[in-house]
Amino acid sequence: MNTTSHEPLIHIAKRDSIVSWKAWLIRLASLMAALLICALFLYSLTKLNPLKVYGAMWDGAFGTDKRGWITVRDTMMLLCIGIGLAPAFKMRFWNIGAEGQILVGGCATTACMLYLGSSMPTWLLLLVSCAASIIAGVVWGIVPGIFKAHWNTNETLFTLMMNYIAIQLTSFLVAKWENPFGSNTVGIINQATKAGWFPTIFGQQYTLNIVLVMALTIGMYLYLRYSKQGYEIAVVGESENTARYAGINVKKVIVRTMALSGAICGISGFLAVAGASHTISTSTAGGRGFTAIIVAWMAKFNTFVMILIALLLVFLDKGATQIASQFNLNDFASKVVTGIILFFLLGSEFFINYSVHFRKSEKEASV
Amino acid sequence: MQDEFAVRMVNITKTFGPVIANDKVCLDLKKGEILSLLGENGSGKTTLMNMLSGIYFPDSGKIFVNGQEVTIASPHDAYLLGISMVHQHFKLVDVLTAAENIELGLPGKTVVDKKAIAAKVKDICDRYGFVVEPHKKIYDMSVSEKQTLEIVKSLYRGASILILDEPTAVLTPQETERLFTVMRNMRDDGKSIIIITHKLHEVLEISDRVAVLRKGEYIGDMATKDATAQKLTDMMVGRAVSLNIDRDEPKDPIERLRISHLTVRDVDGVERLHDINLSFYSGEILGIAGISGSGQKELLESVAGLQVTEAGSSITYFADGPESDGRELIGLNPRSISDVGVKLAFVPEDRLGMGLVGDMDLADNMMLKSYRESKGPFADRRPPHKLAEEVVNELEVVTPSISTPVRRLSGGNVQKVLVGREISQSPTVLMTAYAVRGLDINTSYTIYRLLNEQKQRGVAVVYVGEDLDVLLELCDRIAVLCSGQLNDILEARTATKEQVGYVMTYLKQSKDQEEKA
Repeated sequence: MNTTSHEPLIHIAKRDSIVSWKAWLIRLASLMAALLICALFLYSLTKLNPLKVYGAMWDGAFGTDKRGWITVRDTMMLLCIGIGLAPAFKMRFWNIGAEGQILVGGCATTACMLYLGSSMPTWLLLLVSCAASIIAGVVWGIVPGIFKAHWNTNETLFTLMMNYIAIQLTSFLVAKWENPFGSNTVGIINQATKAGWFPTIFGQQYTLNIVLVMALTIGMYLYLRYSKQGYEIAVVGESENTARYAGINVKKVIVRTMALSGAICGISGFLAVAGASHTISTSTAGGRGFTAIIVAWMAKFNTFVMILIALLLVFLDKGATQIASQFNLNDFASKVVTGIILFFLLGSEFFINYSVHFRKSEKEASV
Repeated sequence: MQDEFAVRMVNITKTFGPVIANDKVCLDLKKGEILSLLGENGSGKTTLMNMLSGIYFPDSGKIFVNGQEVTIASPHDAYLLGISMVHQHFKLVDVLTAAENIELGLPGKTVVDKKAIAAKVKDICDRYGFVVEPHKKIYDMSVSEKQTLEIVKSLYRGASILILDEPTAVLTPQETERLFTVMRNMRDDGKSIIIITHKLHEVLEISDRVAVLRKGEYIGDMATKDATAQKLTDMMVGRAVSLNIDRDEPKDPIERLRISHLTVRDVDGVERLHDINLSFYSGEILGIAGISGSGQKELLESVAGLQVTEAGSSITYFADGPESDGRELIGLNPRSISDVGVKLAFVPEDRLGMGLVGDMDLADNMMLKSYRESKGPFADRRPPHKLAEEVVNELEVVTPSISTPVRRLSGGNVQKVLVGREISQSPTVLMTAYAVRGLDINTSYTIYRLLNEQKQRGVAVVYVGEDLDVLLELCDRIAVLCSGQLNDILEARTATKEQVGYVMTYLKQSKDQEEKA
């Protein structure tokens, strides 16, 4: 007879629903727990005062006006990519090709700035660059979309491989456009004329970035939540069979949604080149096309929640860089801090969706 | 220690969130008996059995096996106690053979003695009257063969307490008979068996004792020889429910839809439907019977515009009877079918995978087919919202609110939402596939009532069903499919169950060929 088995120690049950203040309390608690673990980690390894380290993180992101604006600029960039990914992921189309879509958008913008920079007024050049980046992004998004819709190819592999094509294309163009000759970089484009650069509005260099991305945030929110096309995306994402049953043209929706997704990621490339760095290299996307996947999923495609998550990720990134340089910490140590915080925040979603019960002690059980 | 009882479950309670699935349930299983566990859907039968087989763990209560108190924390614990459950969805590896599936997961050496296994399997089969081909792959097996294999697998592992979860739901009447024979053989050999079922006549036929659950509570048990269908129904539903389904004569039936020479092949080129000729008439309920997978799905989906059909197939819709100009539906998709004014309602078999979107709430599901109707790029949420409220009120859908995702509703309520939406479009043709599968008696009757209302309104109703009793009581005509062919069309008022069962399993054509030979 089997006598070794016990009542399981931990019991996990799916929650029916949870009131939102409780959910936020769990998130706050996990953030606190993350900070505590980080503090232990930092103190035990480096003997630094954790509070000072946290202060430095804040300092890194918001310590000066300039740092603050750069944090905002990078948040907008990440948010923009997240917005681009949202419709694709809502359709359960695993678009991990944002990197490539950003790069080709950036290349298109660079081309406009280089070849049309002297022949147009700024507003027109910006419009043309934006349109060109959209077209480039659409091409990169729509190709895997078409193949998926008509031949059911695996979109994860397809979009991933499109990234490599984009990277190689960018290296080729960088070599072609290099300036000065032999530097193997494009350098700052139109540094003297600032042609094709985002203009300074209200005394701020990044006003246009904010306006553009906020418009996309609101637009995408309305599109996904209230439009007929947004409804179709949700149905296709849930079940293609249901979509066919409802008379939705599934192929058309897949291609259309990937065009939209690619277009917005293309705009991100436009932001990165014309609105931020004014140059292009193979690291212009810099892995943000992948980071933005976290932004889109954690926010469950609610673009307003994405603002917060994008800000948090950029904040952690800036903070990590700051503590690495200020305390002479190893770069990896600061990344561990970022990792712990993210782990806890993602993990908190588990406790929001599930409740955990521990086994009652023998005494209690026998009462 | 000897004990009369193989299993005793005492005061078992199990809750899922706010739902009490089992409330202080006590259940005894004697050695060498067949016990039927009877109850409506959601009465907690499967939950209770899942706790006995180690899938769930009870919140409180005690379980005794052969007189000893035990803790069953995993299916492995259940296995050690000789308890085995055959689920509705079989746990077999498709690409392996019968023998390999039996070997799978057994403790022992790396090298298995295939001969010994084969001998033991043969011994089990001979003893109880099973037929198992040890070298047949699972994907080549019929549902009945897979079920047999599951039972043999349990016995091979030394199970003395068997739990069968709705084993007859997927079987033809003849296959059911065969299953009952081996169940009796196993009982006579001293095995204890619990069978979960909805079908009263089977309870009366096979079991020694019946235990009834209602809404998670244990209502009582009685020896089968003292039980009648009426008594058991009363115990199950708590009050007397008439088993009669109303059936009026069809009122001026006119031909609404004519299917001719319909042939369908699947992606592998296998013929799923062969030269079907069938008409739907207004004001009648046409039953479609057949073993599952005989082409029912393909037939309905062809009409709904979801199937690719072979050349020569034709489906004609008549707005005002066959004298008027018919409209050809082959080649149209669901959207163009509704665009040309054909009011076709379709309740598919796969409710959450095709008829509804599980993660969306009731209101959003209401507009699945009508969201395009509003002007502009944005969908108008007000009409579906209103419709959802109406459906909830009229069909008594139990839901926290209309903004609850339908996935969170119980099966019966999901079906009410789906049927409610389909009926709300005032269709002229209403097709339903397994409309009452998995529903409790009360909800089933609600569905029958709704179908009858549609019939009285002059709708051509198609009812694909599996319960022959219901088909014979509800429908006017019954079209019987067998291996993708229309084997016969029977008058439901005069046909008998044996007749339908026979036509379901014996293809006329092959019979003719046999006679010729």
